[in-house]
Amino acid sequence: MSDAHGHGDKPFLAHHFEDEDHQFDAGKLGIWAFLVTEVLFFSGLFCAYAIYRSMHPDVFQFAANALDTKWGAINTAVLILSSLTAAWAVRNAQLGQKGLLCLNLFVTILCAFGFMGIKYQEYSHKFHYGIYPGKDNFAPMEGAFGDYKAEKVAFVVPGDDSTQDGEAAASGGAGEEAHAGDDHAAGDEGHEVLVKWDDPNIDPILKDKLKIFFGIYYCMTGLHGIHVLLGILVFMWLLSRAMRGHFTPTYYGPIDYAALYWHLVDLIWIYLFPLLYLIN
Amino acid sequence: MTTTTASAEAPGAHDDHGSHHVLPLWLLLGTWAALMALTLLTVGSSQFDLGAFDLPIAMGIATVKAMLVLMIFMHLGFDKGFHSLLIFGSLLFVFLFVSFVLIDRGQYQPSITAMDQQKLMQGN
Amino acid sequence: MTQVDLPVAAPSRPVQHLDKNYINHSKGILSWLLTLDHKRIGLMYLVGISLSFFLGGLFAVAIRLELFAPGMQFMSAETYNQVFTLHGAVMVFLFIIPGIPAALGNVVLPLMLGAKDVAFPRLNLCSFYLWMGGAGFFVWTLFTSQLDTGWTFYTPYSTSNNNTAVISATFGVFLLGFSSIFTGLNFLVTIHKMRPPGMTWHKLPLFLWGMYGTAVMQILATPVLGITLLLLIMESTLGIGIFDPNKGGDPVLYQHFFWFYSHPAVYIMILPAMAVVSEVIAAFSRKHIFGYRMIAYSSVSIALLSFLVWGHHMFVSSESTLATLIFSAITFTIAIPSAIKVFNWLATLYKGSVALNTPMLYALGFIWLFTIGGLTGLFLAVLSTDVVLHDTYFVVAHFHYVMVGGTLFAFFAGLHYWWPKMTGKMYSEVSSRLGAIIAFVGFNLAFFPQFIMGSQGMPRRYADYKPDFEIYHQLSTVGTLTLGVGLAIVAYSLIRSLFSGPKAPANPWGSATIEWECPSPPPHHNFDHPPAATDPYDMERVEWDEEVGGFVPVVGYRPAAHH
Repeated sequence: MSDAHGHGDKPFLAHHFEDEDHQFDAGKLGIWAFLVTEVLFFSGLFCAYAIYRSMHPDVFQFAANALDTKWGAINTAVLILSSLTAAWAVRNAQLGQKGLLCLNLFVTILCAFGFMGIKYQEYSHKFHYGIYPGKDNFAPMEGAFGDYKAEKVAFVVPGDDSTQDGEAAASGGAGEEAHAGDDHAAGDEGHEVLVKWDDPNIDPILKDKLKIFFGIYYCMTGLHGIHVLLGILVFMWLLSRAMRGHFTPTYYGPIDYAALYWHLVDLIWIYLFPLLYLIN
Repeated sequence: MTTTTASAEAPGAHDDHGSHHVLPLWLLLGTWAALMALTLLTVGSSQFDLGAFDLPIAMGIATVKAMLVLMIFMHLGFDKGFHSLLIFGSLLFVFLFVSFVLIDRGQYQPSITAMDQQKLMQGN
Repeated sequence: MTQVDLPVAAPSRPVQHLDKNYINHSKGILSWLLTLDHKRIGLMYLVGISLSFFLGGLFAVAIRLELFAPGMQFMSAETYNQVFTLHGAVMVFLFIIPGIPAALGNVVLPLMLGAKDVAFPRLNLCSFYLWMGGAGFFVWTLFTSQLDTGWTFYTPYSTSNNNTAVISATFGVFLLGFSSIFTGLNFLVTIHKMRPPGMTWHKLPLFLWGMYGTAVMQILATPVLGITLLLLIMESTLGIGIFDPNKGGDPVLYQHFFWFYSHPAVYIMILPAMAVVSEVIAAFSRKHIFGYRMIAYSSVSIALLSFLVWGHHMFVSSESTLATLIFSAITFTIAIPSAIKVFNWLATLYKGSVALNTPMLYALGFIWLFTIGGLTGLFLAVLSTDVVLHDTYFVVAHFHYVMVGGTLFAFFAGLHYWWPKMTGKMYSEVSSRLGAIIAFVGFNLAFFPQFIMGSQGMPRRYADYKPDFEIYHQLSTVGTLTLGVGLAIVAYSLIRSLFSGPKAPANPWGSATIEWECPSPPPHHNFDHPPAATDPYDMERVEWDEEVGGFVPVVGYRPAAHH
């Protein structure tokens, strides 16, 4: 920049800090304060989630059938691995292990790309079945919700004792029975009934809530995904600096801060995974 | 430079809450293994219908995982107390936010349900 | 106390002016646009928010002229809706929120700490450009579409009409929010990590305590605004339905989200104002501030309590009875720390050698107006009266007394107080005092009648009214024009000082905080060495020096161990 920032012998020490420790501590406090803003940034989505889930647990339970637990779990593992490599990279930087540092940063970036690849796969799978964010184009097709048991779903099969929301279920009308015939009315075990989204008997109020679930799902995972993408950019920048040998045991702040950010992204996913994928 | 604490030679290291604490490798790998095990556990537990305990169990496991990440990967267990205050303080505000809204919504939910019913009746 | 042992050694005649200062230290437009110097960034903010204030002021005048008589004068009702929306949004988001922290705080905060800069100069510049970006979106909205939702963007109206206007305006606010967050984060870290030797938390000037509380709120509350607006944009573009009752969503939820930010934001607006007033009152009473710790702690408690009262904006928007009771009760408690501050300022004035310089006139005006604004707030916190007064001009008058009478007056107090330090020039006390007094009279004339007509039932945001209210509206319009004349004189006086004002000494007012120890205007790096901090309100430390035309440190001064 135009101002002469930096001390002659220490290229990365800004002029207004006394020494490298001073700069490191300031940066560390700064990144923690930033993480606080991130926590509150996501809190709005968690709040919306809590509201709609607590009011309509049955809808959430049903909707989660459209999410693939297997891929969610794999993505969790991928992120946890990248968290490990990020934390390891900090250790490498502290110890001046340039080769290992570059390797760990590289693996972190690789994991992040892997995460986004799987996310892309999941999104396109949902789009394929007509599950889009938003009201107008939301039209799930047959099979969108996997092989759930229709008996469990309050707003598709009315009147039985598995419903948690009596009023809503009572208003659900004839529901799916018309399509399914009398097969499961006799209590056949495991007989699967597919929901036809355009069935006029499905409670429209609860249909709206289903759309809202996916609105929340796309906002939460989308915003999280944007954070992953930003993380990729940051780690690429760090990798290029690490390869040029910028980081030393006395100057490794950026690695530490980026790792903290990355762990927070991981933390948020640690909560998103059970909240979205593991509802039963 | 390959000693465990680089801060030993940094001039004016401020306090013993070493900001330059280096985590041993076994701790990093152990934490990773624990996180993976907990992930498997939470996936496994979701396969069983535990009724009302489903959500608390899933959230409990997630919180244990979160604490592992915070305390070890994020060095919070070895860091300045003020950083812990910041992050846990922020959770307090999240709690306030979510709980107040939940309380309010829980209170007026019946009137929304009534309105929905009315809308349905008119629709049919 | 340890104060006695602190060496206070200063040359008898410190440097008053330097040939090379931060303003002329490098030249060219790029040396400003790419600067990392907190003082230059602060000045650029000052220019930006002044222009925004002027724009918002034009809208205010347009509103008042339209309301001069019953019936429609020169606008359609739709235009009126847009004008009051833009007045509110521009004033709140572009002027009041960034006003004191970003413009004055940026210049003063590192100087007060004896630091060379804020902790993260690049982030600081980034905040400024985010602010510029947000402002740009606003101006763009202004010229390309019709924004008529009010500054609160309540759903479902905001998501069902004028989508493009809402999207561009909310995106602008989103950027402004991040600008605010980064400024707060920067200040928080700077206050924590860049304090000079000897400046313990209890020797922190009260301006910095106020800025600290503000930073805490900016960090904790503003992100929630960010996510709220993001969801609003998602709602407008995709129709995800969370806030829209037609799609199964809940508009009250939007209000919860919005006010979880925007109530703390009210204190993001007023806490810096209180911080400025604490400095000015002490400086011009030439007396140690009374109740230092009480004022400091009340700043922090206001910051924290502000998160517990947001529901009082929703008493009549179908919030549940239980929640209204809780929020009403907590709202009363916030009057306590505010009153603590007012009482301590009054006690500081008591038996002080009060000098009625321009900053002090604004500060005294602040105490008066803020007290009225604060007390009328209590009427609105009471559930039963709020049902009657809600959405009337009573509310309009209340928040203008707090935001204009409070924040704007404190902004001018701070601007005049630090003007010599920022620009190196003294303004004319005669014209500036005249402007201050006219503005004070005009302000009261503009807004006091609004309390009366509000209590008589004049609803806010209406383009037309019954003839019964005409006299109050006319008084209010005359008052607004008077306020405008006062502010024009203020602007004239300040701008004139830049060209023909005498050079300012390092310490024109006799304050004891550190920023007055460096020359006016400060050099590029502020201080060669961080000065040792002592009691920031020990006014005995400096004395008038006729030759310098300002205050200089007393030679060989040893502070008395008071307290």
